[in-house]
Amino acid sequence: MAKLHITTTINGDATEFLCEPEQTLLDVLRDELQLTGSKEGCASGDCGACSVMLDGRLVCACLVLGAEAAGRTVETIEGVARGEELHLVQRKFLEHHALQCGVCTPGFIVAAKALLERDTDPSETEVRYWLAGNLCRCTGYDKIVRAVLDAAAEMRGEEAGA
Amino acid sequence: MSESVKGNGAAKALRWVGTRAARPDGVDKVTGRARFGADLFAPNMLHGRVLRSPHAHARIVSIDVSGAEKLPGVKAIVTRDDFPEMPSEWSPLGELIVNYHDMTRNVMAREKVLYEGHPVAAVAATSPSLAKRALAAIEVEYEVLPHVLDPVEAMRPDAPLLHDHLFTAGVDPRPETPSNVAKRVQFGHGDVEEGFAAADLTLEREFDTRPVHQGYIEPHACLGSVSEDGQAELWVSTQGHFSVRGHCARLLGWEMSRIRVTAAEIGGGFGGKTVVYLEPLSLALSARACQPVKMQMTREEVFRATGPTSGAHVRVKIGATRDGRITAADAELVYQAGAFQGSPVQPGAMSAFAPYALDHVRTVGYDVVVNRPKVAAYRAPGAPIAEFAVESTLDELARELGLDPLELRLRNAAREGSQSSYGPKFGPIGMAATLEAAKAHPHYHAPLGPHQGRGVASGFWFNIGGETCATMNVNEDGTVGLMTGTPDIGGTRASVSMMAAETLGIPLERIRPIIGDTNALGYTFVTGGSRVTYSSGMAAVQAAEDIIGQVRARAARLWDIPVEAVEWQDGMVAPAGANAGEFDPMSLADVARVSGKTGGPIVGEVAINAQGAGPSFGTHIVDVEIDPDTGRVSIARYTAIQDAGKAVHPSYVEGQMQGGAVQGIGWALNEEYIYDEQGRLENPGFLDYRMPVCSDVPMIDTVIVEVPNPAHPFGVRGVGETPIIPPMAAIANAVEDAVGLRFTELPMSPPRVLRALDEQRERLQAQAAE
Amino acid sequence: MDYMRFEAPSSVDAAVALLAEGGGGARVLAGGTDLLVQLRSGMVEPSLVVDIKRLPEVREIAAEDGGFRVGAAVSGAELGEHAELKALWPGVVESAELIGSTQIQGRASMGGNLCNASPAADTVPALIAARATCTVAGPRGRREVAVEDICTGPGRTSLAPGEFVVSFHLPARPAHSGDAYLRFIPRTEMDIAVVGVGVSLTLDLQGACTQAEVSLGAVAPTALRVREAAEALVGTRLDDAAMEALARAAAAACRPIDDKRGTVAFRTRVAGVLAQRAARIAADRARSN
Repeated sequence: MAKLHITTTINGDATEFLCEPEQTLLDVLRDELQLTGSKEGCASGDCGACSVMLDGRLVCACLVLGAEAAGRTVETIEGVARGEELHLVQRKFLEHHALQCGVCTPGFIVAAKALLERDTDPSETEVRYWLAGNLCRCTGYDKIVRAVLDAAAEMRGEEAGA
Repeated sequence: MSESVKGNGAAKALRWVGTRAARPDGVDKVTGRARFGADLFAPNMLHGRVLRSPHAHARIVSIDVSGAEKLPGVKAIVTRDDFPEMPSEWSPLGELIVNYHDMTRNVMAREKVLYEGHPVAAVAATSPSLAKRALAAIEVEYEVLPHVLDPVEAMRPDAPLLHDHLFTAGVDPRPETPSNVAKRVQFGHGDVEEGFAAADLTLEREFDTRPVHQGYIEPHACLGSVSEDGQAELWVSTQGHFSVRGHCARLLGWEMSRIRVTAAEIGGGFGGKTVVYLEPLSLALSARACQPVKMQMTREEVFRATGPTSGAHVRVKIGATRDGRITAADAELVYQAGAFQGSPVQPGAMSAFAPYALDHVRTVGYDVVVNRPKVAAYRAPGAPIAEFAVESTLDELARELGLDPLELRLRNAAREGSQSSYGPKFGPIGMAATLEAAKAHPHYHAPLGPHQGRGVASGFWFNIGGETCATMNVNEDGTVGLMTGTPDIGGTRASVSMMAAETLGIPLERIRPIIGDTNALGYTFVTGGSRVTYSSGMAAVQAAEDIIGQVRARAARLWDIPVEAVEWQDGMVAPAGANAGEFDPMSLADVARVSGKTGGPIVGEVAINAQGAGPSFGTHIVDVEIDPDTGRVSIARYTAIQDAGKAVHPSYVEGQMQGGAVQGIGWALNEEYIYDEQGRLENPGFLDYRMPVCSDVPMIDTVIVEVPNPAHPFGVRGVGETPIIPPMAAIANAVEDAVGLRFTELPMSPPRVLRALDEQRERLQAQAAE
Repeated sequence: MDYMRFEAPSSVDAAVALLAEGGGGARVLAGGTDLLVQLRSGMVEPSLVVDIKRLPEVREIAAEDGGFRVGAAVSGAELGEHAELKALWPGVVESAELIGSTQIQGRASMGGNLCNASPAADTVPALIAARATCTVAGPRGRREVAVEDICTGPGRTSLAPGEFVVSFHLPARPAHSGDAYLRFIPRTEMDIAVVGVGVSLTLDLQGACTQAEVSLGAVAPTALRVREAAEALVGTRLDDAAMEALARAAAAACRPIDDKRGTVAFRTRVAGVLAQRAARIAADRARSN
């Protein structure tokens, strides 16, 4: 069976890969490109552990075919930190101890970052609904929501100071 | 966010223990770098998959793999013929025990399939899609048998029999006919009949709960690699890699030394990853193919074939005097075990009345097999079910007696010296302290809105210690490599390192903790029973003390003075007073730098069987709000209070309390398995197995009570399991407070609640009409 | 088991040709939030998947005849960001925005939601209540079809081989009109509707209802347009009696099943409750424009 040859951009880098037509973007990221930061928790779009940005939209990589990535831009958890500088959201997750096992964490960070890029002043309720597609079974969400709200506050502070 | 109530422990100033230090694996986990079970790849790796039974109960007539074997890219296939028969032999696993005769049959069906999802064959192929195709080419002929899902139905004499050779244990005389009742257990003391005779009021209630899954976000995954000479390596997401090694060796008939198991980062377990499923299959396939074989479950497989905890039927009877003193307590618990014996009914029966000091108490439990996946441990296995029933009945009792529910509990609370309902006398415990903290909490006195109600409930869990090793290598520059054998499921590398740093008197950043593989350390029991911070912490402290002793000896040698004349103070060795001699104190780094001259590397090693784990008690307060026209129950406010002994890392203690509370909320409100008429699971996914999402819950306030455990160097009690116990009863009690209806069946899902509300409205209308 | 082929044509004609050639084995890929789940579970094994998202027409929102033309593959997130569309048909937009999580919103579309033909689809009752139509392209050209005529049963549509939905038309509406969509789910998010209700209505200057549409989802094999429920509102000031009549008519129209998501009794009872709640929201909206 002939595989498809796909050219795309992942975390700013031009990337080529071969995939079977039924392979999802998540399969491709993990199995073909070894970008294993995006996790498979359900493969049905119900847990958010594979959250990535596709052309600037937050999506579940398990609900995108690898072939659909042709000519598009994909951003994954591996592209969130800049060099040795963690993203604000990553830093706040550490400060607030907003993770226990950590397997859902990459998805939460990608999703929370997407929220704060649209809105630096979300209410607790808005944070909770935005993140409703990211399941966490360890934390009860409390410290995650606090981390995101604190990241937003720091973002606003920085903007006010700038 | 959190407050802390100090117990009676007098503590010296601590530098690390009790702080909210950074976790050593944190950066890896926020950047996606951490390698979980499915994140490992090996050169020349194959992909394994499992063929599973579509039937709940069937005899396997034949398995024909010839079609699959012929497919190009298929490298190995295993079935029941590839696993040796096992004798009936028990082995401890977390708080539960397992039997190898059953375990081999659960890993790969032999005579029969006993639940939908039961493995019947496994294949390894060069790609995941080829492996999937190979499964479709395997032909299995089944003779479908009648099945039974409900434990009470399974106890009936005419129920379909799962095992021809299962005779109820624990009854005298031994039954002559086999049944689905594997075991009867009984606990208690005193004479309950005498106690009930002394009661002014006796309540008897029956409760039903459904199986619920641990719901870890990471599906089971492993990578096994067996070479031509039979040496095997296994990388696996597990709560206990030593247990995995032991089980795989037994099931495959190999010597343990052939198998080296490395624990990957683990994406949640809650007890469910103490069991082997894929691991022996991956090794068996790899042994055939002589190539590494990676296996990972789909979410659907996780639901159909792993976990959950029992569904149960519980009858509770409690008698009390007018002034709220419990005179007798009695419970009968029927727990379903899934397809093989071994439900958590024993810990359930032991814990049911444990929060209370009772003169007359009895619990009887039955372990019943049904055509569902074999249950696995789930956070305080057995206790949430039993204590839901007891704490609900107590709430009704308080209502009938006109007593505040916390006051009723306080009047009967177990205290230091009380004889527990499961036997031993309690040492210092925090049951009463959590109740007092609840009474004093502003939440308990806050006004309620319309359609809202408030409930409280308490919980108890034993906590365990067990076999534990730790190795501490002092590096040449005085930094420390700390190795323990308990997979870190929620931040324990941080808490264990903090205790080691505290003992050594060195900065936390100078300790690098890792989880050693099965060849690097001695046997270490699983991460379970809330034992890691307790036991690995104790081992790490003792390893640090071992190092301190060695460093003192090295300094004595360098200074040529007796070791008794060398003191350890604030991370330095120094002469013990003027008589000992005039020497500048040396740091750990100073001594390490010259260790070659004083006997070689400095290594602290400890192997213990940790004893004295202190039980943990908790009390939760919850406000619910009910939509009277849809039956939806929302959580408006939640406060969890728990005795942690000593909170080594308060953030992770709070996290355990918050996470446990939210799992309990899911158990109370929406989580359940739905089966069709054929015994097939209809909701094997996160869409319809409804775990709480972020928008379902409020912030979970926490209060950490600290009644130190005298058996631990820092006073630690396990904290992980207790918080899942109170929520179900607390919520049921809050629902009664809100709408005057008592729910004895979980989950309190909208259809059940709306039906009850409508029936209540009809009753009220009928009364009004009369 | 044949291997699947993937195509992403750049013209509607090419898409139609591919779909016609693929016949029963062909599947349209819009947002993919249903199709990929079905692919993974083995529920469908198509020989051909045609990704229509490279067709500009299916990705656009454009004003048309006082209303809007909405491409079939426009995502829920894009609908929610379109202020004018949201102002005119808030109920339709909120029905699309209720589908799944933020992540699902980045992909899920009205075209996919309709053609997946789930009885519980959220947008369908809202679209039916809005009297929306859709443009269907096929081997014989294009046709305009009422939304309620697309689904014929669970997983079944009236689309002929080679046909697919290109876009929807949401009509213009008189002043003092409002619509709303509500659904019941056990959690606050991430569930499939146990009951869904779309209501659209117009009031006169005195506040009397002059026109109404009520549609129910998840209570029958397809979303229902319930004329009796609409008639309960028309000519009234949406007083308590009208609301009671609305609930009774909505409940009477239900022909649900017991399944893993709800019981017959629960669905029937809650359909009436939600119809009242949705009608009140629609009326509030009508009063404010």
